[in-house]
Amino acid sequence: MADAEDQVIVGLEVHCQLDTKSKLFCGCDTDYRSDGPNTHVCPICLGLPGAMPSLNKKAIQYAMKVAKALNCEVLEESEFSRKNYFYPDLDKAYQITQYDKPLAEGGYLEIESDEGGERKIRLTRIHVEEDPGRLVHMGNVERGKYSLVDYNRAGIPLIEIVSEPDMRSPKEARKFLNKLRATLEYLSVFDSEKEGSLRVDANISIKGHERVEVKNITSYKGVEKALLFEVTRQKNLIRRGQRIERETRHYLEARGVTQSARSKEMENDYRYFPEPDLRPLRVKSWVDGIVLPELPDARRERFIAQYGCSLNHARTLTGELKLANFFEKVVAADPKNLSTLASTWIADTLIGELNYRDMNLDKVNIEGFTDLINLLKDDTITDKSGVEILRETLDRIKNNLPYETPLEIMNRLNIRKIVHLSGCGNTVSSASGNLTVGPNPILQAISEVLIEQPKAIEDYNEGKKGAFNFLIGQVMKKTRGCADPADLNRMLTEALKKREA
Amino acid sequence: MVSEKDVQHIAELADVGISSEELGTFTHQFNAIIEYFDTLDRVKGDPTITHELHTILREDEIEPSLPQEDVLRNAAAKEDGFIKAPRVM
Amino acid sequence: MPVHTITFEPDDRYNAFLTVCKKPVHTEGKLAGVAVAVKDNISTMGIETTCASKILKGYVPPYDAHVVGLLKQAGAAIAGKTNMDEFGMGTTTENSAYGPTLNPCDTGRVPGGSSGGSAAAVASGMVRMALGTDTGGSIRCPAAFCGIVGLKPSYGRVSRYGLIAYANSLEQIGPMGKTVSDVSTLMNVIAGYDRHDTTSRNKPYTHTPVADIKGLKIGIPQEYFGQGVDAQVAAVVKKAIGRLEELGATTVPCSIPSMEYALAAYYVTCTCEASSNLARFDGVRYGPAADTKKSWHDAYQEVRSAAFGTEVRRRIMLGTFALSSGYYGKYYAKAQVARENIKADFNRIFADVDVIAGPTMPTIAFKLKEKSDPLSMYLADILTVPANLAGIPAISVPCGKAEGMPVGLQIMGRMFEDERVVDVAYAYEQAVI
Repeated sequence: MADAEDQVIVGLEVHCQLDTKSKLFCGCDTDYRSDGPNTHVCPICLGLPGAMPSLNKKAIQYAMKVAKALNCEVLEESEFSRKNYFYPDLDKAYQITQYDKPLAEGGYLEIESDEGGERKIRLTRIHVEEDPGRLVHMGNVERGKYSLVDYNRAGIPLIEIVSEPDMRSPKEARKFLNKLRATLEYLSVFDSEKEGSLRVDANISIKGHERVEVKNITSYKGVEKALLFEVTRQKNLIRRGQRIERETRHYLEARGVTQSARSKEMENDYRYFPEPDLRPLRVKSWVDGIVLPELPDARRERFIAQYGCSLNHARTLTGELKLANFFEKVVAADPKNLSTLASTWIADTLIGELNYRDMNLDKVNIEGFTDLINLLKDDTITDKSGVEILRETLDRIKNNLPYETPLEIMNRLNIRKIVHLSGCGNTVSSASGNLTVGPNPILQAISEVLIEQPKAIEDYNEGKKGAFNFLIGQVMKKTRGCADPADLNRMLTEALKKREA
Repeated sequence: MVSEKDVQHIAELADVGISSEELGTFTHQFNAIIEYFDTLDRVKGDPTITHELHTILREDEIEPSLPQEDVLRNAAAKEDGFIKAPRVM
Repeated sequence: MPVHTITFEPDDRYNAFLTVCKKPVHTEGKLAGVAVAVKDNISTMGIETTCASKILKGYVPPYDAHVVGLLKQAGAAIAGKTNMDEFGMGTTTENSAYGPTLNPCDTGRVPGGSSGGSAAAVASGMVRMALGTDTGGSIRCPAAFCGIVGLKPSYGRVSRYGLIAYANSLEQIGPMGKTVSDVSTLMNVIAGYDRHDTTSRNKPYTHTPVADIKGLKIGIPQEYFGQGVDAQVAAVVKKAIGRLEELGATTVPCSIPSMEYALAAYYVTCTCEASSNLARFDGVRYGPAADTKKSWHDAYQEVRSAAFGTEVRRRIMLGTFALSSGYYGKYYAKAQVARENIKADFNRIFADVDVIAGPTMPTIAFKLKEKSDPLSMYLADILTVPANLAGIPAISVPCGKAEGMPVGLQIMGRMFEDERVVDVAYAYEQAVI
């Protein structure tokens, strides 16, 4: 299908930190985030005169796994180059990267297109490079502005993945990024939860107009937001008959806008030349020996085939490694009976509740959640109670209260499902879990409501829509949502008939 | 042939600075040397260089880092464990 | 291991030393108690290391260069840090920010460069051995000018970890001494694989020099005795080669056509690499303070223009120019092709001969301040740069005098045949004692 006249065209350059133990060119420990500044530094990553780089094998192995998973062509020989520029966080005044002979070229990643089908996003290249240090900006106009530099991050291995401009919307860009992130997680080469472990530069244009580069996007949501802003900004300019300037802009996360960067960035002449302290890499022969784990697409298909998940649920569940693992653990004991419930409850409910509370899946007690699914499977609680227990569990975790199992919560809140044993008239299993013979709480609640709501009964008798549902709602309130909706429906209808009669 | 303006530009690109007094002589000497560099135009041969040594790799093992004091020792300005640098405007 | 101290209080009237270690400690080993001077571009933990530049004044490395560690392990006492041309850029040690070093043979003349301080320290007897570095002749030139022995090892035989880089693909740390024996002993200590230098080779040196060169074939390149070489120097060297023939060697005339562009290839390569290597000097992590109240770019330029000498700034600019957009193919890339051609020429010659002999330098030591034009200074390197470009070993051994000043005989050998090159020098030295 040919592009529309005002088609949005997006390409991404994604930098991910590879999850090795030591840095790319030295043995410094990469786990620096909880330690003080400049405590994970050695002569090599500090760029002290005389120090020399020594290439980390694991970083190359990880990068090659990514190249294979993304269907790239690993080059016969690749080499490292120096990218020369001056900046306080770049302690050698050059970054060791790969320029004209990267590790791999070509490749692709498939995403769900906006139209609903699949779109193949082609990749240009993949290469390995080192991360610079980190700057903290200080001071103010009166006291004078300065920067504080922390070199802990200097030398962390990065993989850079460059796509062709094949994405057709900010949404597709987000999907690409999510798919890429998931793939890297599945390969166990990347930890997406580490702060700053992923950075994105985007190139966006409206067909027929100049391309704009947006740099410094550090979150997944940020990518879509930044690009949406840009699309609007560019389309507005075009509508006014103005030219789109080819430029570099920075994304300001806090304000959700992009801002023009000083054009000095575009003037940089990086004076690339091969790094004389490193020898070339000939690792193409490693490709055959690389065994890839099950990747997101394959896992998605397996979830559909093996667990009967819907396409949407399967997509959601396999979209994050931890989530997929969580699902499989929950249903492990009884996949036949738990899969449908678990996939719905995880994809449609749990994720939402976690996001709402800004909580990580790690915090969820997996046995507890499995118990909850089992309670639902056994019809011990209604869906409504299930949600209530889930929320209560998460709130307790969030507020650091002692852990309670779903069963304990159910009992404490007295929300066991009320079961009407047909044919037994008054026999019922009450909310407290004991089988008692006594007045049926559902019938009791219905009676009370019919006494309390004469107007609703009138409306019902007059055939007014919604009167029945209103009455159902009132009964549900009284029974704390513990009545089975089907039962409730039937019993209320009967009771109303009796009244009429 | 490079002009004084070119030499000025190169000095800025390299961030080494060149005073106005030096500029004239410098440019003259620069040109003589660059002309000498042009001897390389006569070089013929296959541009692909094959290196004997290749694929030299290190195992992914952690080694001790420098103590923070050593990292900061030679820095002229520091603050709270950070190294102080002029701000990029 | 027991630790001892020696006292080192040299009468340094030549400005050979930038830093003297008055009471250096040492342990035991092959070099137990031997005072060794170290050129000031080699990192020494706890001892100021300046590369004879103002931009590293006060810089105290928190780590030792690999070879310094080896020296210590062998029991050597680090006597001090020697003067040099700033960052290794020069042929006379006049480019030092701390004053030139004088030639002990004639204090009105230069000691050569860039390892002039190390050469003067050895020549004057202040120390028995010293470490120098050789990028385009910087060990061999001062050895020749001061009348001592200096070896540039095969590229990769000695670790460069801790050597403050000038031109990574060309330079080597190497031994300097009064005798070939001392140079060989020092080479025994410093050569060998270092995992921190991934260009280093697993080729340890465990050789004692042997004075036998019967049957040796020596190539005599016409380019080494051409019009650029002083007639008296050429005559002295020819006489020395004659001595080698008396010892049983035969000479074969040969030619190195690629010498035509060797010097250009050298200066393009070293200035490009240097422009990148020296970009890190900004006054932030080390060096003179950058004014943190100024903007980054202004502060940076201020520090560098004040603290880098003229020759250093010139070479940085040349390298920046040669690497700048559009010029890479014309200069740096071409220079590497030139190097392959030079290697090929040497390989061709070494198919027929075992070593190549000629003068180390085209003249005797210049008078102080004699060479003021940079290009004419660069041309003096013509006989030494080919060995760096090809990576092959090369030694300079004193072989007589011209106008009262020492002349150096240069022996070059096949890649990794440092032992043979040392033997030839030894054979000559022993024959003329």
